[in-house]
Amino acid sequence: MRQRSVITFGKIIRWLAQKRGGSGSALPGLFVEKIDASFIPRTLSQLPQGVAIISGTNGKTTTTKMVVELLEGQGLKVFTNRTGSNFTRGVAAALLGEVDNNGKLNADIAILELDEAHAVHFVKTVTPHYSLLLNVMRDQLDRFGEIDTTAKLLKQIADSTTKKIVINREDPRLLKLAASLPSEKVSFFGLDSQLRQTFPTDDDMRSSNVKIPANYPTAIATLEKFEGKHASFSVNNRHLSTDLKLEGIYNVYNAAAALGLVVSIVPTYDPQKLTSTLADITPAFGRGETIQFNNQTVELVLVKNPAGFRLALKSFPPEEYSTMIAINDNYADGRDMSWLWDVDFESLKPHGVSMISGKRAYDMATRLQYDLVPIGSVDTNITTALRALLDQPDSSLKRIYCTYTAMLAIRRELSKVTDVKAVI
Amino acid sequence: MSENKGKSFTILQLYPKDMNIYGDWGNTLTLYRRAQWHGYRPKLAEYNPGGTFPEDVAMIVGGGGQDSGQEKIQDDLLKIAPKLTELADQGVPMLMICGLYQLFGKFFKTKEGIVIPGIGLLDIETHGSNQRLIGNIVTESKVFGKIVGYENHSGITYLGPKAAPLATVVKGAGNNGQDQTEGVVYKHVIGSYLHGSLLPKNPAIADWLIEKAAQRVIGEFTPTVIDDSFANEAREIAINRQR
Repeated sequence: MRQRSVITFGKIIRWLAQKRGGSGSALPGLFVEKIDASFIPRTLSQLPQGVAIISGTNGKTTTTKMVVELLEGQGLKVFTNRTGSNFTRGVAAALLGEVDNNGKLNADIAILELDEAHAVHFVKTVTPHYSLLLNVMRDQLDRFGEIDTTAKLLKQIADSTTKKIVINREDPRLLKLAASLPSEKVSFFGLDSQLRQTFPTDDDMRSSNVKIPANYPTAIATLEKFEGKHASFSVNNRHLSTDLKLEGIYNVYNAAAALGLVVSIVPTYDPQKLTSTLADITPAFGRGETIQFNNQTVELVLVKNPAGFRLALKSFPPEEYSTMIAINDNYADGRDMSWLWDVDFESLKPHGVSMISGKRAYDMATRLQYDLVPIGSVDTNITTALRALLDQPDSSLKRIYCTYTAMLAIRRELSKVTDVKAVI
Repeated sequence: MSENKGKSFTILQLYPKDMNIYGDWGNTLTLYRRAQWHGYRPKLAEYNPGGTFPEDVAMIVGGGGQDSGQEKIQDDLLKIAPKLTELADQGVPMLMICGLYQLFGKFFKTKEGIVIPGIGLLDIETHGSNQRLIGNIVTESKVFGKIVGYENHSGITYLGPKAAPLATVVKGAGNNGQDQTEGVVYKHVIGSYLHGSLLPKNPAIADWLIEKAAQRVIGEFTPTVIDDSFANEAREIAINRQR
């Protein structure tokens, strides 16, 4: 009876929060978390194929979306925290949306995107069957202190995983971590040697040659080639090649990660179906997502940390686009602006940046000044900056690099004038 | 441009491979560009553990690191300590942020009681703590005016009698969160906990370092006017942000 009423109340709060216009994830999740701490483990323990956790600094949301769609393509019913709300209460909120009033969850497996720090707490109550560790990069160090600390958090996730841990072999810290795990439980994904230079790690950033470590393992899924829209992968030594709807080499690299996890969960996968599902996957919200407005295409690219920003700049060529950058410094964005100085903006020099916005717009403008990038305007107010960008006649293609809360603000603005897919 | 401005003007990055955790490149880039804008021809050089210390250095920049990075450089730093001390005594300007600021001092004593010796160029000592001093910081200096940045350290630094603070804390913690001091100045060596990065938002410090280098290497400093309007706006905003 108590369990039922918690679920009912949680569902009501979720409905009210959504009616108010929020994504409906934090508040109802918090409610359930506070009232009934066993709600999440109890509900997830019903799942026949268990729980898989996806964590790491960059690419969680995109990769999770791909894993979910690829598994659904293989016929599984998948529960996920789709909102990109990767804290425990986001999971609780997503569960509330899916369970019936008796607390029954109709799914085969849960694929959960979890922030590193939250994942550590999460695995204390829910034992994952699978985990996928993407990377350890410099993210908001004001939160975790150091990247070596982040690596330790991921190690705890790996240690609690019972069946298979899929690890990025190109990440030196994860490779080191893998060596401490039972080898039969570890699989790797990675890049073909040709592509490796494209993805410098934070460690390689200021050194000229990228070294291949001595204990370099073989991978079950690698990205071999990516040109235009066409990507080829090697999955379990089988060639997989297709056109993609995803843009940016970084998203495509995430596809290799997703493939690695999916074939670990479903060893008897259907390769044709895997390829056709992959071909249809679209980017996650704010990760190269495009929004149409008045014959204009607005592309949102979320940037959260130096490595992510570097990869985004590498992934999206600036030609033909008007570029805007919006930098906030709220907690979810990272409060220290130092990270902007670890990104090289020279690629924007030939075409310039039309508009800079966000609370820390002038930090960004100063940053670009030192890379000699031409700047159109600076306006800390995102609403007026966005309007000015959309009014610019020079190109119908607009690309906005934005930090997390800046992205939410931009989507909110755009949703007033055009159709923006709701983040549920 | 005077003839002399074409003279070699080398900015040496100290341990950029292991000690550049947090926007330290911003300081190097700011010195490099502003030196160019002032009419010099700066060159960037690196020194990493086991390398050859270049002759003919105009200024030295160093940053912070992961604990693992600090372990990698610590022995090497002691080896080049006499060289660094000699250069500092000759008036070579240096900027040391966070990790290298600490190791330019006498020692760093970890929470566990392990003493990591520093090079003693600065009369400071640092003690590991359980607390992380973190957030936006504003300080005030007689020479540089308001200094803005972001601090993120668990080391607590105390100044000895021979150390003069870089600035007085207006908002934030600073060296130790107790005596309102932030950073150190010794001759032309500046040590500080401020990231942000420090120099782009505090161009007065960058120009001071360039001035000291130019006076030593070239014999004079004739600055040009640089448009710092973006940096000035960024400073105003930073000063008014919550901790």
